[in-house]
Amino acid sequence: MKDFPFLLIILLLPILGAIVVGSMKGASAATVKLVALAFTLVEFALVVALWIAFKAGAPGFQYSLSAEWIPALGLNFSVGVDGVSLVMIALIALLLPIVLGASWEEKLPAGRTIGGYFALLLVLESTMIAVFAATDVLVFYFAFELMLIPMYFLIGAFGGPARTYAATKFFLYSLFGGLMMLASVIGLYVVSKDYLPGGKGTLDWATLRGIAHQIPVSTQLWIFAGFAIAFAIKAPLFPLHGWLPDAGAEAPVGSGTLVVGVLDKVGTFGFLRICLPLLPAASTKLAWLIITLSVIGIFYGGILAAGQNDLKRFVTYTSIAHFGFIAMGVFAFSTQAMTGAIFYMVAHGLATGLLFLVVGMLTQRGGSRLVADYGGVWKVAPILGGMFLIGSLATIALPGTSSFIAEFLVLLGTFSTIPAWASVATVGIVVAAVYMLWIFQRTMTGPVRGSAVLMDPVPTLVPVHSGAGTPAGAGSASVGPAEPAGTHPDSQAEAHSVVHAHAPRPRARFGDLNAREILVLTPLVALIVLLGVYPKPVLDVINPAAVGIISDSGHSDPSPTIQGAGK
Amino acid sequence: MTTVLNVPAAGSLLADAAGSATAHTATGVSAAAVLLIGLPLLGAALLLIGGRRIDVIGHYLGVATVVVAFVLGVAIFLQTIGMDAASRVADVHLFSWMPVASLQADFGLRLDPLSLTFVLLITGVGSLIHIYSVGYMAHDPERRKFFAYLNLFVAAMLLLVLGSSFITLYAGWEGVGLASYLLIGFWSDRPSAATAAKKAFIMNRIGDTGLILAIFLMFKELGTTSFDGVFAGIGALAEQSPGTVTVMALLLLLGACGKSGQVPLQAWLPDAMEGPTPVSALIHAATMVTAGVYLICRANPIFNLTADGRLVVTIIGAVTLLVGSIAGCAKDDIKKVLAYSTVSQIGYMFLAVGLGAGVYALGILHLLTHGFFKAGLFLGGGSVMHSMNDDVDMRHFGGLWRSMPITFWTFTAGYLALIGFPFLSGFYSKDPIIEAAFAAGGAKGYLLGGAALLGAGLTAFYMTRLMIMTFFGEERWMDLRSADGRDYHPHEAPATMTVPMIVLAVGSVGAGAFLAGGERLAHWLQPTLGEFLEPDPPFAPIVITIATLIVVAAGVAVAYLFVGRRPVPVTAPERVSALVRLARADMGGNAINEALVARPSIAVTAALLDVDRVAVDGTITGSGTALTALSGRLRRTQTGFVRSYALSMLGGSFVVVAALLLVRFA
Amino acid sequence: MNPTYYLVLSALLFGIGAVGVLVRRNAIVVFMCVELMLNAVNLSFVTFSRIHGNLDGEVMAFFVMVVAAAEVVVGLAIIMAIFRGRRSASIDDANLLKY
Repeated sequence: MKDFPFLLIILLLPILGAIVVGSMKGASAATVKLVALAFTLVEFALVVALWIAFKAGAPGFQYSLSAEWIPALGLNFSVGVDGVSLVMIALIALLLPIVLGASWEEKLPAGRTIGGYFALLLVLESTMIAVFAATDVLVFYFAFELMLIPMYFLIGAFGGPARTYAATKFFLYSLFGGLMMLASVIGLYVVSKDYLPGGKGTLDWATLRGIAHQIPVSTQLWIFAGFAIAFAIKAPLFPLHGWLPDAGAEAPVGSGTLVVGVLDKVGTFGFLRICLPLLPAASTKLAWLIITLSVIGIFYGGILAAGQNDLKRFVTYTSIAHFGFIAMGVFAFSTQAMTGAIFYMVAHGLATGLLFLVVGMLTQRGGSRLVADYGGVWKVAPILGGMFLIGSLATIALPGTSSFIAEFLVLLGTFSTIPAWASVATVGIVVAAVYMLWIFQRTMTGPVRGSAVLMDPVPTLVPVHSGAGTPAGAGSASVGPAEPAGTHPDSQAEAHSVVHAHAPRPRARFGDLNAREILVLTPLVALIVLLGVYPKPVLDVINPAAVGIISDSGHSDPSPTIQGAGK
Repeated sequence: MTTVLNVPAAGSLLADAAGSATAHTATGVSAAAVLLIGLPLLGAALLLIGGRRIDVIGHYLGVATVVVAFVLGVAIFLQTIGMDAASRVADVHLFSWMPVASLQADFGLRLDPLSLTFVLLITGVGSLIHIYSVGYMAHDPERRKFFAYLNLFVAAMLLLVLGSSFITLYAGWEGVGLASYLLIGFWSDRPSAATAAKKAFIMNRIGDTGLILAIFLMFKELGTTSFDGVFAGIGALAEQSPGTVTVMALLLLLGACGKSGQVPLQAWLPDAMEGPTPVSALIHAATMVTAGVYLICRANPIFNLTADGRLVVTIIGAVTLLVGSIAGCAKDDIKKVLAYSTVSQIGYMFLAVGLGAGVYALGILHLLTHGFFKAGLFLGGGSVMHSMNDDVDMRHFGGLWRSMPITFWTFTAGYLALIGFPFLSGFYSKDPIIEAAFAAGGAKGYLLGGAALLGAGLTAFYMTRLMIMTFFGEERWMDLRSADGRDYHPHEAPATMTVPMIVLAVGSVGAGAFLAGGERLAHWLQPTLGEFLEPDPPFAPIVITIATLIVVAAGVAVAYLFVGRRPVPVTAPERVSALVRLARADMGGNAINEALVARPSIAVTAALLDVDRVAVDGTITGSGTALTALSGRLRRTQTGFVRSYALSMLGGSFVVVAALLLVRFA
Repeated sequence: MNPTYYLVLSALLFGIGAVGVLVRRNAIVVFMCVELMLNAVNLSFVTFSRIHGNLDGEVMAFFVMVVAAAEVVVGLAIIMAIFRGRRSASIDDANLLKY
C-alpha cells in the first residue's frame, strides 16, 4: 500500500479520461457523457482511498513522488500531499462528478460538442490537482499556468454571449500574474544558491523552507511581491478582482462552478503554501497590507453583490467577499484563523458550488441571468427555491452549515491577534445577510412575476365540448411549460366553440428540479450540513498542517490574558 | 428570606457564587436530553424531505414531536427537582465540535434550573401553539411546511437554552433567527411579509455581531467559550481589567437587544407580525424574543461584575418599555398593539435583570407569566382575525364578545393579567419589578421606578383601548366588507384553537401566584442565578403596590373615557396630535433606520458600482484600450510601399554603423 | 595596385544600387539594383580576401552568388505573377500588404 503510486494515478487518470472522451468521435453523446462521468467517479473513489490511507498529523508530505526533470539545473518533478492539499484535492474530486452531472443537458454554443466540453473539464481536473499536490515551486508554477489553458477554452469556447471578452480578460489577468510569479520563481532559485552547499540552486519546497529564515527581508520582499500579485489576482483580492465577475458570469455553469469553487483557491493556497513558509519575514512584514485589502474586499464584494442585477455576477461578487475572509485568516497568524481559512476553502467550495449550480439551473430554465426577470420562483419551483435557500444560508455562514465553522474560526483566530480588524470584518456578516436575503427576496419570494417565470400572456382557449374546465397544467404553477392551446391553425376553425378561460394562477414557464438535478445537489447539501455539525474529521486533517504553517512563518498563538480558565 | 441551601454569604454575590453548584454528568432520563432537540429537529427534517406525500399526516407529526419533547422535559424536570439543590446542574457531553489547538469547543448540553425552566416554557407553550395551529392553518395548502418550520424553531430555541457554551448558544441563537425568518415570511408571495422577514433577520444579525464579538473577546481574554470556563475566569479578568468585562457585557447586551426587540433594534418586531398569528404568539411573544433576557441571566456572572454594564441594561429596559407602550397606544392593528406590548414587557424584563444580582429571578418570573398571557392574547387575537376574514384593523371590529364568547373570556383573562389586575399573573411579576426599580436607590431609583410605573399606566390604557375597540361598543363590521370583498361573519374558533387558549388563560390567571408564592421560582433558580434578595425600596412595598394599582386604574379610566364613551371612527382620524403621529410612525424607529442606515447604504452601493466599473475595471480595461490606441498609431508606418521600407532599412543601417563608429572612436 | 580603389568602386556601385532601389518604380529595375548591391558587396568580399590573404571572403562571395541566383528565380517569379494580375510592374501599385 505504501508504495502504490496513488498520486501519479490520480494525476494522470483525468488526462487519460480526456484523451478517451476526446477520441470518441463516433459515439453517441450519452455514451461520451457516461464515460466521462465514470472517469470522474473512479477518480473520486481513488481520492477517497487516498484520504482513508492518509495519516493525519504525520509530519511532511505523504505519497511523495519525485523524478528528475531538468537535471542540469537540479530541478525535479515532485508531488505529495499534506493536510491542506488533501482536502483541496478531495474537494476537486468531489465537485467534478457533480459538475458533470449538472452539465448533463448544458446548452452549448453552436458547433461545440459535449464531449469536448467534458474532456476539457477532465484536463482541468488534472491540472488543478497538480497545483495542490506540487511540492516543488517549479511544478507549482507549471501547473498554475497549465491550468489556464483548459479554463481559457472552457470560457472562450463554451460560454455565454460575451465569452470572448471574458476569456481574454481572464487570460490576460492570469498571464500577467503568472509572469510576475515566474520572475519570483527565478529569483527564488537564484537566491537559493547563496544559502545552499555547493552553490547549487533548488526549487524544492522542503529545502527552500529550511533556508527561508536566512534570506534577508529586503530580498524576500521582492520575491514576495511577485508571488503576492499572482495570488492576489487568482484569489482574487480587491482591487485585482476585475476578471472574476466576467469569467464567472460568462462561463458555462459547470466551469463557472469550478472557477469560483476551486480555481480561485489556488490563490489563497499559494499564499499559505509558498508565501508564508518560504518567505516568512516578508509575509509578516506585509501582512497588514493583505489584511487591509481583505477587509476592504469583504465589504466591497458584499456591497457590490447587493447591487448586482445579474445572478451569476452576484455569486462571483459574494465570492470576492468570502476570499477576503480566507486571506485575512491566512495572514492573521493564529492556528484557529489558519485552520479556519483552510476549512473555509472547502466550505466555500461547497456553498458557492451549490449556489452557483442552483443559479445555473434557474437561469437555464428562465433563459435570463437578470434578477428582474424572476420573482416568486419559490412558489413555482419549491425544491429549487429550497436549494437556493440552503445555498444562501451556507453563504451567510449560518450555524449548522460548514461555512459557519470556517467563518467563526477565521474571525475568532483573527480576533486573538488583531482584534480591531477582526471586529470590522465581523460586521461583514451583516452585509452578507443583506445581499443574500435581498437577492432571495427579489427572485424567490413575492408574487410570481418576471418575464423569465411567466408565460407570455397567451389566452387559454378551452374547447367547450371537451368538458374540462381548464387544460391540465394551465392552472397549475408547478407543471412544466404547457402547450398554449389555440396556436394550431385548426383551432381557428373551432373558434366558435371555445371560450376564453382565465387561468386562476399565473402560468409558470418552468418546472421544478428534476431527479437528476436533485441527485446532483444532494451531496453538496449533505456535506454542508454534515461538516457544519461535525467538522472534526476534516479539522483533524487540516489542523496539523495549519500548525506547521504557523510555526514555519515564525509565529505562535497568543495566550489568553487569564491563564488556565479553559479546561 | 431563608434558603434551604448552603450558599456563600449573601454579600459575596460574585461570579463564583452563582456558579457554586458544580456540574456533574447527567444521569437517568436527563442523559436523554439530546432528544429534546433531536425530536423536533427530526420532525422538521421529515416534514421538509417528505414533501407533499405526507401532507395528510404532516401536522400530526409536527405536534407529536413537540408534545413528546414536552413530556420528556417534564420527566427531566421531575428528576432534577427530586435532587438536592446542589446537584441540580448537569452536563451532557455530546461530541467535540471544533477542536483547534487552544480552542476546544465541545457540543454539549447544560441542564440546570434556568435551562429547564425555559425547556418547559418552550415545549409547553410550543405544544399548545402547535395544537392551535392545526386549526388555524387548516385551510393553508402549505400547512406541512409551516409545521416543519415551527418544529425547526422549537429545536433551535431548545439548543439556544440548553447549549453548554456560548458557541452552542450562538448556534441556537442564529437558528431561531432562521426559523423566525422563514415563519415571518411564510406567506412568501406577500411582498410585505418577505420584506418584514428580511428586516427581522438583518436587524437580528446586527445584534448577533455583538454576541459573536463577545465570544471572540472571551476566547482572547480567557481562552475558552464554555460557560464553566468563562465564569471561572471572569473574576480574575475583572480584577485585571474591569473595562474589558464591561465591553464584554455591552457586546452581549447588543446581541440581547437585537433578539429581544429592544431599543435601538426594536423596529423589526412589529413588522414581524406579518407572519401567521401562531408564530407571533410562540416566537414573537412567548419564547424567542425573550432570549435576550435568557442571555443576560445566563451570563449573570459577567453582568454581576460590571455596574456600568448593568446600568446600560436598565436604561435600555426603561426606555424600551416607554417607547413600546407609547407606540402601542396609537396603533389600530390588533397584532401591532400586542407586538408593541411585547416590546414594552420585555423592557420590564431587561429592567429587572439589569438591576443585577439578587433580582434576576424577577425578570424570569415576568418572562414566564408573560409567556402565558401574551401567548394567550395573541392566540385570542388570531382567533378574532380568523373569524374576521384575516382583518387586523380594530376599527373594523367591535361588539365581538357576543359572537365569540370563549375567545372573549380567555382574552379577558390575558388582558387582566397583563395590566396587573390584583392576584392575576402580571400582578405578581410586574409589581416586584417596579419595587426593585425604586430600590435601585437615589435619583436612579426614582427615574427607573417612575418609568416602570408610567409604563404600567400606559399598558392599562392601550390594552383597555384594544379590549373596547375589539369586543365592546357597536358592531362596526356589520356595514363593512373586508378587503377581499366578503361580509364579516364572526364565529367562534374550532376546539383545536379554543383549548390552547383556555389552557393559557388558566396559566395567565394562576401562574403568577403559583410561581411567586413562597418565592418558589427564585429558590428553584438559585443554583444558576445566585441567591434571591428581596428588593428594599424607599417606600413600603404596599405603598408601591397601591400606587401601581391607582396608575393602572387611571389608565383604564382614561381609555374608557376616550374610546369607550365615544363612537370609534372606522377610518383612523387624520387630525391628531404630534405625539400620536409619532407613535403611529413607530416612535420614529423606522425613520431613523431609514435615514441613518438604509439610504446611505443604497447610496454607497450605487457609488461603489460606479467605482468598480469606472475605477477598478476601468483602469485595467483602460490600459488595454491605451495599448490598442498606441499600436493603432504605430501601424500607420506600414504603408505598403516597399521603397519606404527600404529607406527605413537604409536609415537603420546608417544609425547602426554610426553607433558602431561612435563607440569605436569616441 | 592599391586595393582601396576596389573598395571605393564597391562603395560606388552599392550607392548606385541603393539609390536605384529607393527611387525607381519599375520592379525589374529595382531588382537589377538589388543585384548591383549584392555584387558590390561581392567585390568588397573579394577585395578583403586579397587584403587578408585568405580565402574566406571569396567563399562568402560564392555563397552570395548562390543566394542571388536563388533570389532571382523566386523574385522574378513573384514579379511575373504580379504583372499578370495587374498588368503593371510598378512596385507602388503592389501595396496591399499594409496596416
